[in-house]
Amino acid sequence: MSRPQFSLGKYLLPVYAVVAFIYLLTPIAYTFAFSFNNAGRSNLTWQRFTWDNWRNPCGAPAVCESVVNSVAIALFATLGSTVLGTMIALALVRYRFRFRSATNLLLFLPMATPEVVLGAALLAQFLNLRVNPGFTTIVIAHIMFCISFVVVTVKARVATLDPHLGEAASDLYASPRVAFWRVTFPLLLPGIAAAAMLAFSLSFDDFIITNFNSGNTDTFPKFVYVSATRGIPAQANVIGSAMFLIALLVVLIGQVLAARRRAAAEAR
Amino acid sequence: MTAALTSATAEAGAPPPPPRGSSRIAWLLLTPGLAYLVLFFVAPVAVLLLTSLYERVPDGPVGATRPALRWENYTDALVTYAPQFGRSFLYAFIATVLALAIGYPLAYVIAVRCRNRPLLQGLLLVLVIAPFFTSFILRTIAWKQILADESLVVAVLKTISLLPDDARLTATPTAVVAGLTYNFLPFMTLPIYANLERLDLRLIEAGEDLYANPAETFRRVTLPLSMPGIVAGSLLTFIPAAGDYVNSALLGTASTAMIGNVIDSRFFRVVDYPTAAALSVLLMAAILLLVAAYVRRSGTDDLL
Repeated sequence: MSRPQFSLGKYLLPVYAVVAFIYLLTPIAYTFAFSFNNAGRSNLTWQRFTWDNWRNPCGAPAVCESVVNSVAIALFATLGSTVLGTMIALALVRYRFRFRSATNLLLFLPMATPEVVLGAALLAQFLNLRVNPGFTTIVIAHIMFCISFVVVTVKARVATLDPHLGEAASDLYASPRVAFWRVTFPLLLPGIAAAAMLAFSLSFDDFIITNFNSGNTDTFPKFVYVSATRGIPAQANVIGSAMFLIALLVVLIGQVLAARRRAAAEAR
Repeated sequence: MTAALTSATAEAGAPPPPPRGSSRIAWLLLTPGLAYLVLFFVAPVAVLLLTSLYERVPDGPVGATRPALRWENYTDALVTYAPQFGRSFLYAFIATVLALAIGYPLAYVIAVRCRNRPLLQGLLLVLVIAPFFTSFILRTIAWKQILADESLVVAVLKTISLLPDDARLTATPTAVVAGLTYNFLPFMTLPIYANLERLDLRLIEAGEDLYANPAETFRRVTLPLSMPGIVAGSLLTFIPAAGDYVNSALLGTASTAMIGNVIDSRFFRVVDYPTAAALSVLLMAAILLLVAAYVRRSGTDDLL
């Protein structure tokens, strides 16, 4: 039996959603628009349209160095946290072992700790060990806070796997190693890829933990934050907008591929 | 990204398959990651605890401390920075409630209303995660400029008398709370979306068939079922918001300083490590207590 929809909900909800989207997207549109501003050093008020910033994104001092640092740090952090986190996720879902709840707590705590505490704790540790903060300490910090997010993401994927698939492989005389690499691992790949993307974006956009453990090394968010007081060059807007467009493209390609895979599966 | 945040709640629903296999392999898989967390999470927190009890060397070099058991660090920090503590939790609480009020209907529209239109659903979902793709510092600074005294938005609001002539939007508590709400809105929306996406619409029909009005069906059926999503979203919003200092630093003034601002300036400007450490420990303890109480109260223990 279907009744007419609650009319208030029918019209109010979509309008509400549109307003929420405007709220979400306004600063992005602003950042994008002001990447075309011919503003010189202080990109505060609109001057006139120009392509120059996009033609020469490294035109402002230190912008591109900070981006290169951020990308390199994010790659290392993604690699480290994805490997360590995937291993933990596999163990949690597929194996019996003692101290399971202690392990879960150890994974939950970093997520429940505010960044400013994580950053301060690590810096206290590095100062104690007389380690100078810099590129390496940022990577160490990023791997640490990304691990838990990788575990959660991959674990959800492992939990949806049919355990009988591995058994079927064993019945067909596959060794456990072959069964894992030929059956389980390919099925896990989408989950691992999602975890890696999450780790990359968490690392690339991190500011607070980075700021505590970076010493003189500049990352892109740190560069933007530090230059906020004296005016952010329009090139920073170009980098931000370009990252946005690249990520959007990656997500759209992913969605198209997923849709194709679904269609192919249905056709079979 | 979506998959990641959505899966954070997905597992609360499905019972895990029985674990099997030998524990030797389990430990081989676990050891590297857990050792890493012990080295770079547990040990630093332990160092932080120790540092929080150290005393400063009065005539020594900048930042010099010596080992001690100075519990007064905690009482001094609490007394001196009680307003900033209160502000942090108040702002984070308001931001969480606002994010829920905005994020829940948004998630509902995407997950339930758009269920039969996968293309639109996919597009809207991308728009929700879109903010993640631009640096959050850049977006916060964009807000600062959008709300600035000389900006177009403010001028328009003043012209149509929605805003008094002498009013300002930046450098106010409102701006800080709005910034916090904005920055963590996707973290609220995505877990709720992940939950509502799996909501069985037949349950709502059943509610209607039993002559419950839509409001009551929502209150008695939809809302309780989406509780795990709400809990996960609130935690993902409240925890980072309470420790944040970027929004207050960029959108506020000294009178909107949150505890994160104090920890930051104690560490880097005043170079007073014991006080910074004591404040960090207090913040962590307070948040963990709140989280534990909240998770227990909302009956989603299995989230942990």
